Amino acid sequence: MLLIKGGRVIDPASGRDEIGHLVLEDGKVREFLTGDPPARFQGKVISAEGKWVVPGLIDMHVHLRDPGTEWKEDILTGTRAAAAGGFTSVVCMANTNPVNDSPEVTRYIVEKSRREGCANVFPVAAVTRGLLGKEMADYSELADAGAVAFSDDGKPVENSLLFRRAMEYVRPFGYRVLSHAEDPVLAGGGAAHEGWTARKLGIPGIPSAAEEVAIARDILIARQTGGKLHIQHISTRMGVDLLRMARRAGLDVTGETAPQYFTLTDGALEGYDTNAKMNPPLRGEEDRMAVLEGIQDGTIDAIACDHAPHEAYVKRCEFAAAANGIIGLQTSLPLSFSLLAGGKVSPARLVDLLSAGPAQILCLRGKGTLAAGADGDVTIIDPEAEWEFRLEDVLSRSKNSPFFGWKMRGRADATICGGRVRHSAIAGVSADA
Amino acid sequence: MEWHRRHVLGLSDFQPEEMEFVIDTARSMEEVLTRDIKKVPALRGKTVVNLFFEASTRTRTSFEMAGKRLSADVVNFSSGTSSVTKGETLLDTARNIEAMKPNILVVRHPASGAALFLSRHLSCSIVNAGDGQNEHPSQGLLDLYTILKVKGKIAGLKIAIVGDILHSRVVRSDLHSLGRMGAKLWLCGPATLVPREMERTGAVVTGDIREAVRGADVIIMLRIQLERQNTAYFPSLREYSRRYGLNRDVFSLAKDDAVIMHPGPINRGVELSDELADCERSLVLRQVESGVAVRMALLYLLAGGSHVAH
Repeated sequence: MLLIKGGRVIDPASGRDEIGHLVLEDGKVREFLTGDPPARFQGKVISAEGKWVVPGLIDMHVHLRDPGTEWKEDILTGTRAAAAGGFTSVVCMANTNPVNDSPEVTRYIVEKSRREGCANVFPVAAVTRGLLGKEMADYSELADAGAVAFSDDGKPVENSLLFRRAMEYVRPFGYRVLSHAEDPVLAGGGAAHEGWTARKLGIPGIPSAAEEVAIARDILIARQTGGKLHIQHISTRMGVDLLRMARRAGLDVTGETAPQYFTLTDGALEGYDTNAKMNPPLRGEEDRMAVLEGIQDGTIDAIACDHAPHEAYVKRCEFAAAANGIIGLQTSLPLSFSLLAGGKVSPARLVDLLSAGPAQILCLRGKGTLAAGADGDVTIIDPEAEWEFRLEDVLSRSKNSPFFGWKMRGRADATICGGRVRHSAIAGVSADA
Repeated sequence: MEWHRRHVLGLSDFQPEEMEFVIDTARSMEEVLTRDIKKVPALRGKTVVNLFFEASTRTRTSFEMAGKRLSADVVNFSSGTSSVTKGETLLDTARNIEAMKPNILVVRHPASGAALFLSRHLSCSIVNAGDGQNEHPSQGLLDLYTILKVKGKIAGLKIAIVGDILHSRVVRSDLHSLGRMGAKLWLCGPATLVPREMERTGAVVTGDIREAVRGADVIIMLRIQLERQNTAYFPSLREYSRRYGLNRDVFSLAKDDAVIMHPGPINRGVELSDELADCERSLVLRQVESGVAVRMALLYLLAGGSHVAH
């Protein structure tokens, strides 16, 4: 039994935002109480006065690099970083080595994370075998082994017919296809957003259209097939507009963006900072503003950080040779907290973006809510905490972040997963073994 | 003025006085080149390594010549004959060279920002001899010097740069050197090779070579990189040369005393007609001459020379 008392309980899935006490029992949410806390409570008590108590955060786009490149990250280090960042669940992409295109790999991820993980891990399996874009993977077997969705993330499914067939085939099973929307020919080997900064630095550009053309194609295929589509890491103005249009047309299309796309622009590339190199690339200010609008008006359903760990030397090199991506699990919550300034995003909406939204998109039962009977996944957030993100804070095995030295506001004070405390910064509350 | 730089990575932060100082130094260097014995002991005991990861003959030879005229020991390292082909990282290669204690590394690399990157990780001086599509500062300075020799000034001149603006590091350096000295710059080429964003540099962008050349004092023709033709930025060389090539007819629109420049190597009959390449108003070989003097000046200043050599 665990009692979290006196916190502001924000649970958008059940429409709750009030001060009260949350009781967890047998790894589940038992009840929510208001008024005086229970006088005699048999179990652990966490005092959450002045804190937010929210359904465990879910990051639906991470790379745990396990199996295959464990020197970058593995399931233990990745979920440790997740727990420290307030995430009770992460959804890991299929571009491991071997690729997660077989039930053996899916089961390996599921079992290892059950054994060693500090957070729930939901694997996404490949759309095409080997991520090669040639043949469909065995969707039913992968789903039976624990895959929650399908994506070739890191690469688009270039062949439109194959993408159509995949969408069509998985539709009756209710699975969503997550799309890394990029026209690779149009992207043409670029390494930065095609705009003034890339021109000035002489870096080959990736036009916004490379993303937008692919989003448009995917949406049209979703319309044709009636399949469930999710657009990953939306970074451009027209990308947000296209998603908005699809929603107005009544299509089951969802979308995510990452904190870096509403926080940074391609200006961060000055000096050829390889920690600002990612795909999709950091875009222009107009795109950043459009992503913010998409978050504010509800077009964008989820914030997912695209946690992409890389060892130092693949970033300590000339820009063109540097690997794409940044780590994000420990900065996603505080960077997303900045959305609250100005009042256009409410605390409940923020929790929606980081928890209820992803749970709905992926139909993760028992996740994303604090309703009675839900899984006992809870994040306690100190909304006032001000802190600086430092290299030594990083729990990931890799340290590739452009945010070192940033002053942050908002922090995960405790992360509780299935009733067990997996991370705690609260005095007197220690993590469970 | 005092010279404080440890590296020459690009001209983006060079002020006009600093460029003038380099040119003044280059003038004294050029005087050395007119002597019977074209060598001074200024860099005796210093080592210059040409670290070239990209094919280059003239730039490498020019730096080598510059170093030798100043009595430096010059060593050439090129990627074809190195362990780069064995998968060594740029930084590891450069650190290995640095462990042999050179004073100056002259670096050419296909990645933009490569010279800046090395300057952050090495302790010797770095001269950027061309990094990807970013900058080619010694070319920017030698173009400036060559024009000054002929025209006596830069301010107010109309200078048209025609060709593959997109991929050109020469343009990016020329925009800083010529632009900051007050030239009116025009950029011209097919729209696929002249990014719209280049207007932000203050240059006039046009797709019409006649407009660019009309009344121009200087026309800089850029090389069309034939090896890029697999991605087809324009329909054919024939069409390119008809529309964007410089020939007698188009050249007649320029000022009577207009001059033609080209960083080389020239594709005769493509961007520049055969007869114009060799005409008396072509400064192509004078650019090469100026190049050695400018590079001598840069090496000399980086090696600690604070006054002009005699």
